[in-house]
Amino acid sequence: MKIVITGNHTVSYGAKLSRAEVIAAYPITPQTEVVEKLSSMVADGQLKAKFIKVESEHSAMAACIGASAVGARSFTATSSQGLALMHEMLHWAANARLPVVMANVNRAMGPPWNVWSDQTDSLAQRDTGWLQFYCENNQEVLDTIIQAYKVCERVKLPGMVMLEAFILSHTSEPVEIPPQELVDRYLPAYNPEYKLDIKTPHTFGGLTGPGLYYELRYKIQSAMDEALDVIEDQDREFKKLFGRGYGLIEEYRTKGADRLLIVSGSISSTAKEAIDILRERGEKIGLIRIRVFRPFPKKHIKNAVKNVKRIGVIDRNISFGSEGIFYQEVKSALCNEKDSPAVYGYIAGLGGRDVIIDDFIKIADDIKETKSKQDIRWIGLKG
Amino acid sequence: MIEVRFHGRGGQGSVIASGILAEAAFREGKSIQSFPYFGVERRGAPVTAFTRIDDKYIRIRHYIYKPDCIVVLEPSLVEATNIVDGLKKEGLILINSDWDPDAFSFKKNFKIATVNASDIATRLGLGSKTAPIVNTAILGAFAKFTNIVTLDSVLAAIKERVPMKREENIAAAKEAYEKVKF
Repeated sequence: MKIVITGNHTVSYGAKLSRAEVIAAYPITPQTEVVEKLSSMVADGQLKAKFIKVESEHSAMAACIGASAVGARSFTATSSQGLALMHEMLHWAANARLPVVMANVNRAMGPPWNVWSDQTDSLAQRDTGWLQFYCENNQEVLDTIIQAYKVCERVKLPGMVMLEAFILSHTSEPVEIPPQELVDRYLPAYNPEYKLDIKTPHTFGGLTGPGLYYELRYKIQSAMDEALDVIEDQDREFKKLFGRGYGLIEEYRTKGADRLLIVSGSISSTAKEAIDILRERGEKIGLIRIRVFRPFPKKHIKNAVKNVKRIGVIDRNISFGSEGIFYQEVKSALCNEKDSPAVYGYIAGLGGRDVIIDDFIKIADDIKETKSKQDIRWIGLKG
Repeated sequence: MIEVRFHGRGGQGSVIASGILAEAAFREGKSIQSFPYFGVERRGAPVTAFTRIDDKYIRIRHYIYKPDCIVVLEPSLVEATNIVDGLKKEGLILINSDWDPDAFSFKKNFKIATVNASDIATRLGLGSKTAPIVNTAILGAFAKFTNIVTLDSVLAAIKERVPMKREENIAAAKEAYEKVKF
């Protein structure tokens, strides 16, 4: 059934359809209506889950970790400062190999206080061992939460699903809500191989010396590598059942292109309009949207940019003192390639600054000419 | 694509109005998108909300800068802000006002309609006398004036979206549909 809902409520439906069993959340700003809706779903019996209202986001993640360790499918949602407060626990969830799934509404970090769209919050958590998905529209948000549980429970790592503040979170659009039976067919109940059980007491995460710790880290890296295949397989299976699939990256009008824009998140949607305008003018330009950031789909990007001469990567985030974070990763994926294209970095839309069609057209024009590769360019910077 | 911008004050239901319009168009098989001006809303402060309606999937995800139609829920905003900013030539303006459409100075460039939605809402007990909730009345007038959606779709969307006083809200939309002047 197709209904008109906001991105926030889409997330709630995603968690409900995935049959989350424990939901822990801190309900104050920067939290969104995601958990408000979930708490009402639990209260009126639509969703059989334990809703735990905690005193901070750090505790929310701790509760999800505990629940996941005893074998319950757990869920939370947060944003910006709330995600930052979870940082220690994010490492814990990944290192304990617990497939917690959460939604993060990408909001700018303060100060100054700003609740608008910006990806720096989640990208600052890139090294914690969580899978990261960046969505373009609300339908994809719903589908990705369901897929994330499937993938994360396979590879035994947690996953974060990103939707940008307001542009998706507070925007209403039609979303297909699949029947529960179909989701159940795709996503069976969570039944981990190892879980905490008072009948057979043991512990997780006890002291482990240098003799074993190193190998445990290698296993996480291997699980991330494996996740690339699992995400693709599960996306294909999802497409068979639901008719929708997304891949690790999306290529848009890349055929015959000698220039590419690389984008992520909701601005990709507007950027496609710009690509259509440019294609009508006869320009050989296409777009790649990076949907999965962790694990980073290096191989897929390498393949997609063959025959391309110039690339502009647009980041709604920044690593201060360096550059846009997708820009860093794209360059790193291509640096050892023979005849790799020139890659230029652009910053846009931090803190909710509107990113319009013209911005993409300007960037597309800007990368026509060779320039110093060192500088990043700020789109629409005032004075 | 049709782009609509709503102007009101916090508490009048502008954001809900943009959602009901989207829901009404969705019921007619259209692609839609509705969203508030992203901010921190307060009662009484100027509020802006947007609706996009199209036959094909809507990909644009930025603000509406050149609307086809403007809906003003609060008459005092006509003086206080540049409500016609970016409005396309021959664009439509619907104002909650007891004035005639001809009384507005920007009449020559745009098509104007007025309806006394505050009066209708007050009589039907929607909101309070000093702060009537006019969103459902204005959408009834919108259906008649713009033909972008039918009254039936607006009424069905109100039933779906409005949690309280459904009958009164439906009556408000119907009455405004009859009384709108243009």
